[in-house]
Amino acid sequence: MTGQTNGKVRRAHPTLMLVLALIAGPALSADIETHGFLLLNYAGRTTDNRPPQSDSDFLLGEERLRLDVSVWADEIEASARFKGDLFHDAVDGETGLDVREAYVDYATDNVDLRLGRQIATWGVGDLLFINDVFPKDWVSFFSGRPLEYLKIGVDGARVRFNGEVINADFMLIPFFTPDALPTPGRFFLYDPLASVTNRSEIKPASTYDNSELALRLYRRAGEFDVAAYLYKGFWRSPGMRPDDLIAATQIELFYPELRVYGASAQGNAFGGVLSLEAGYYDSRDDRDGNDPAIANAQSRFLIGYQRQLKQDLTLGVQYYAEIMQDYAQYKQSLPAGFASQRRSRDTVTLRLEQLLMHQTLRLSLFTFFSPADNDYLIQPKVSYQFSDELSATVGANLFGGKKETTFLGQFDKNDNLYLATRFDF
Amino acid sequence: MTYTDTLISREPGMAAAMKRQFLTVILLLFSSSAFSQTMNAEQIIEQSQRAFYYAAEDMQAKITMQLIDADGGTRKRVMTMLRRDTTDGGEQKYFIYFHEPGDVRRMTFMVWKDPVKEDQRWIFIPAVDLVRRIAADDKRSSFVGSDFTYEDISGRDVADDSHTLLREETLADRKAYVVESIPKEMVEYSKRISWIDKQTLLPLKETYYDAQDELYRIFTADKIKEVDGWPTVTQRTMKNLKSGHRTEVVFDTIAYDVGLADKDFSERRMRRPPRAWIE
Repeated sequence: MTGQTNGKVRRAHPTLMLVLALIAGPALSADIETHGFLLLNYAGRTTDNRPPQSDSDFLLGEERLRLDVSVWADEIEASARFKGDLFHDAVDGETGLDVREAYVDYATDNVDLRLGRQIATWGVGDLLFINDVFPKDWVSFFSGRPLEYLKIGVDGARVRFNGEVINADFMLIPFFTPDALPTPGRFFLYDPLASVTNRSEIKPASTYDNSELALRLYRRAGEFDVAAYLYKGFWRSPGMRPDDLIAATQIELFYPELRVYGASAQGNAFGGVLSLEAGYYDSRDDRDGNDPAIANAQSRFLIGYQRQLKQDLTLGVQYYAEIMQDYAQYKQSLPAGFASQRRSRDTVTLRLEQLLMHQTLRLSLFTFFSPADNDYLIQPKVSYQFSDELSATVGANLFGGKKETTFLGQFDKNDNLYLATRFDF
Repeated sequence: MTYTDTLISREPGMAAAMKRQFLTVILLLFSSSAFSQTMNAEQIIEQSQRAFYYAAEDMQAKITMQLIDADGGTRKRVMTMLRRDTTDGGEQKYFIYFHEPGDVRRMTFMVWKDPVKEDQRWIFIPAVDLVRRIAADDKRSSFVGSDFTYEDISGRDVADDSHTLLREETLADRKAYVVESIPKEMVEYSKRISWIDKQTLLPLKETYYDAQDELYRIFTADKIKEVDGWPTVTQRTMKNLKSGHRTEVVFDTIAYDVGLADKDFSERRMRRPPRAWIE
């Protein structure tokens, strides 16, 4: 994580208007369904510290009204959907519309087409991502928004082909969306150039050449679901290029080119579910690993196992490793004063989930621990379903680590407690 | 109980017709008491499973499940269930789509049931567009918080219990076999007594006993109807006597032999079921 962006809210892209028009058009004659929820979501820092740029102990203080409208055509296998949140954010004093998804679907015998803003999740990791190259909102994840807000929709087209031998998902994404990373306005974080506040962000222009392409080929092989992945696009967390390494006065945030090649398998084994995934991150703009502003190429691996320990109690464990290519070049080109990463970073995760009282009470624990970085994130959570419509979740994000320069260690002072209440309609 | 007494009506396709004829032959064979002596308890349970879980080649149903606690508080699950038999009495594929409640709306669930090997299960979580496998060795776990277990929904392997025919008796004007089943491996019940309708072979009632040999759970088939020629339990209840919690299931619509294909039970359909399935 080398910089920050402020991608908290995603407003309607002009192409979405097309989707809305497509929804509104046939809505008069076709089948329409409206749902949604009201979400009250608050998170408070429990460390008695406030980041320098913040005057609040609240990491999150918002109300969201979800509207989810679907329209189905009568004669053909086509539909449209709009899913967006009207929100009020008390921390930033902001009100607006967060368009989560807005797309049209069309299906033929073997092909499903989806056009518009859409959320996609690939790979077999549990909150660890290798071939899921789609944008993520780490602010939501670290401050107690419901899990669905971890994923950000992409603006593009998806073609799904279903064949006898193989299935394929092909995504074309002309409009780049970065990850939403914690900002100094709400989080304590490690930034070696924190004093340089004159920053500009350059996103890849929406040109033909810059269009992101993502391909997933998948099928069953014996008892396993296997997949191969290919991605051509950009790193979703920016590189930081200061105008001067010794005495920087301004910083340019940019998104270097990236290709990812990967594979995964998931199937029943040893009385549970075994997951395997690997990927190679080819950092195209820094293939020698000499540019300190751009992340080096890396290999990523994951092995996971999930099983039911007893009735309504699930255990999940994962081991994940990230190995940097060209480590010597990285060490050599790292500017003085910057904390260096280890060549190999690994992470162990543990998930425990217990359902009680006819599954109305859910106790959940998810922990990340990195032996290499010696840092952790612990996420305990209790959810209760008062009725089919009303539920409440109380949880915490507890960060820590030996150093303040590692991925999770930097968030040490952001321990927070959150509450989410949801009313469905 | 409302049961119309004709076993053959309407014509839902050749294969199904043959299967039904086969069933009819079986029924004729065993409805005479001379033969019933020769059908042992294991065969009765097996035939009952076929009648209950394997009717026709495939099925599409819209199901409402009411979860009612001891104080009368009610929660509701509305789902579409599709089922296709790969082999009669053997492998099956199930697909479930949730219409309600809101927090699971559009969620889908797929099971490839294998009586020999471990079942394979997948879940689709629509909010993040994720399909993943889930562990399938929890057959005695509650299905969506109801009093039914996964095995109650899709059947328990006949070989998992030792069966004994206790007697024959009349239950609510219907002649029934009374079979005792003792689990071979430890599960949460120590004994099950089933009343199996001699005519349709459907289970009319099941009682479950715990380790202390106390009755704690009762299944009842509350309504049996003939659908497309297949005797079908369209309303059923599972009641837990200890917690006072019960679950009532009503099949709002049900159709057999709708022409589902093997490839309909796929990741594609989990992510985006055709409109005709989920209306």
